[in-house]
Amino acid sequence: MSGPIHIQPGETFILNVGPQHPATHGVLRVKMEMDGEYIVKAETVLGYIHRMHELMGENRTYPQVLPNLSRLDYLGALGYTHGHVLAVERASGIEVPERAEYIRVITVELNRVASHLFWFGAFVMDLGGFTPLMYAIEDREYILDMLEAVTGSRLTYCYYRFGGLYNDIDDEFIDRARAFIPRMRKSLKKYDALVTGNIIFRKRLEGIGPISAEMCRKYGATGPVARGSGINFDVRKNEPYSVYPEFDFDVPVYDECDSLARYYVRMEEMEQSLRIIEQGLDKLPEGPIMPKKKPKLIKPPVGDYYQAVETARGSFGIRIVSDGTKNAYRFKLRSPTYSNMSLFDEACEGMMIMDALALMGSLDLVIPEIDR
Amino acid sequence: MGAYFSEIFRGLQSLAIGLGITFKEFFKPVVTVPYPYETIKMSERFRGHIELIENEDGTPKCVACGMCQRACPSGCISLASKSVKYEVEVKGEMKTKKKKVLTTYDLNFTTCSLCGQCVESCNFDAITFSKEYNLASDRKEDFHFDLLNRLEERNS
Repeated sequence: MSGPIHIQPGETFILNVGPQHPATHGVLRVKMEMDGEYIVKAETVLGYIHRMHELMGENRTYPQVLPNLSRLDYLGALGYTHGHVLAVERASGIEVPERAEYIRVITVELNRVASHLFWFGAFVMDLGGFTPLMYAIEDREYILDMLEAVTGSRLTYCYYRFGGLYNDIDDEFIDRARAFIPRMRKSLKKYDALVTGNIIFRKRLEGIGPISAEMCRKYGATGPVARGSGINFDVRKNEPYSVYPEFDFDVPVYDECDSLARYYVRMEEMEQSLRIIEQGLDKLPEGPIMPKKKPKLIKPPVGDYYQAVETARGSFGIRIVSDGTKNAYRFKLRSPTYSNMSLFDEACEGMMIMDALALMGSLDLVIPEIDR
Repeated sequence: MGAYFSEIFRGLQSLAIGLGITFKEFFKPVVTVPYPYETIKMSERFRGHIELIENEDGTPKCVACGMCQRACPSGCISLASKSVKYEVEVKGEMKTKKKKVLTTYDLNFTTCSLCGQCVESCNFDAITFSKEYNLASDRKEDFHFDLLNRLEERNS
């Protein structure tokens, strides 16, 4: 029998945060050196669900990699497939019909809203509020049902094809998407009153978890994390792709650098996504969804191709080095949460553990995408 | 001192607003389904595991060309065929021709990622998605589907 452990003043102990069982889906381990409730040093340990997606991309033909891309980030899968199809289309010079591009933008934005909704619920649950998660999931369910009717699955869509889409959308989808916009705007007001105004919520986030713009640049953080630190960078605006230049939307930027700023950025991004969906539905042109001329076997010419897209979590880059065969020579994925997470070690030094967990929630980590 | 009390007051007010919202939600209709007793019908495009499509006479449409096998990223389809001689009337003459007949079509559902590349690659519309999703078992062998057998079972 050993007695209680007495820690001497000035002595630190190691605390392991996080589940490590490989069968669970979000396996991130953080080794924290603690001085009482304060973090002296933190170290994130990765690799528990590494699945070698990059190597799989080199061993399989281009169409065969498509399902892999939606398994990187199970909450915003369409954004990642969008990056892949854009990169391969650019490499092999496939032209995409305009209707397909519009449908891609509409579905990607719907997926972004769904992803942010889930983040919103999970983030508030990290802080101890369970109810908002249920409301967020109810709204997200509406989007998932809508996307399921079109794509055929709920999370791992695999909807885009080189040159176009798998299925065309129908009138039912358009009606449901139109009905969704006012419904979601009403829900956002509800979330605002329920969560944003809440005194406990504000006290836990305001001025806590500072991530400076320098730190974002140092670690390569993108997306809502960088925009919450005053960096005005959005791939959709800075390096426009697809038909985004034809849409009128704003990029929310906050200078506060705290966890609350990142929360605001995401909540406002949902509103902007709704604006894009609304415009997309109005402008949706008629026409085919697959190009008339499309190579049967995709063999991009020899070269080095890069394509960045703005996913729900930040800038996702895909680099394809082609040697002219049907497999890629090098298939490199630059995932946004990997960079966003790597600043956690430095950012949480000297913080209290519950503030550090709030900070981690505000980074919006999806572990399968970090480990790839 | 005044700021202190006004903050307490505003804090309590914000909590009351939140409680008001949850109270209103209390009277909204239920959105969930009591699952095992009631199930949701899958949408038409739902991608389940694959099934073979039959001709009018009950034989599979599949001509065993193996395109689905080659398109599959996970290599979970394996099929075998034998060539059969049959007689056909061409311009009033009887001629013997050969054709491939499917003998086995196995789907290893444990490694299938439900991407749908097999259905897309099929040039004969011989496979489709099943709408079945209530698949659960504690034995791995239950997910090695013999699709030809399933087709026969459906017909009988």
